[in-house]
Amino acid sequence: MMFATAAVALIIALGLAIIRAIKGPTVFDRVLAGNCVGTLAILLLAVIGFLTGRPEFLDVGLTYGLLNLVGSLAVLKFFRHGDLAYDAGKEPTS
Amino acid sequence: MAFAIEIASWAFIILGSFFAIVGMLGLLRMPELFTRMHAASVMETLGAGFLILGMLLQAGMSLVAFKLLFILGLFLLTAPVVTHALAQAALHEAVRPMLSEDRRPAGAGDSQGKEKGREP
Repeated sequence: MMFATAAVALIIALGLAIIRAIKGPTVFDRVLAGNCVGTLAILLLAVIGFLTGRPEFLDVGLTYGLLNLVGSLAVLKFFRHGDLAYDAGKEPTS
Repeated sequence: MAFAIEIASWAFIILGSFFAIVGMLGLLRMPELFTRMHAASVMETLGAGFLILGMLLQAGMSLVAFKLLFILGLFLLTAPVVTHALAQAALHEAVRPMLSEDRRPAGAGDSQGKEKGREP
């Protein structure tokens, strides 16, 4: 019952984040909403693992968390430099 | 004792659900990017923190509890990194925060792109 409540709340929050990802006027709003969707998905995975009595889902959540970080940073680096292989030594100080 | 743990777990999970929904409501309702980032970090620290704390009380001392703590640590380390990178990339693309007054010295402000990313 406890975890069902949390799962319903997380699904509502996921819906709100997805609405922002669709509406978002700039690409950064979409990246932010995508990152939030990733975080909520990890929490939902953990909650569903407890709900069904199989906490092995946490491993999937951990992997998703690491991929979420790398994905967000890669998209941001691409939009900042227009290139993923930008030379870090020539970083502009903006 | 088990009853107390159950009550505490309920409280943490209700609080975590509340903060997750409030954070995402803020992400939807805030006027521009930088305030939205602030709302999103409410979900990533308080929402995730309370939810994982509640699950931690249910897990007890086990490998599951360790994995939950690891996920919490991952959130607390990666959320500021992503937020910082996002703010820097947005400022680089001339998305400016909405200010009630411009406190920068005269001539330092650039009017270009000031209204970018603002909803009508």
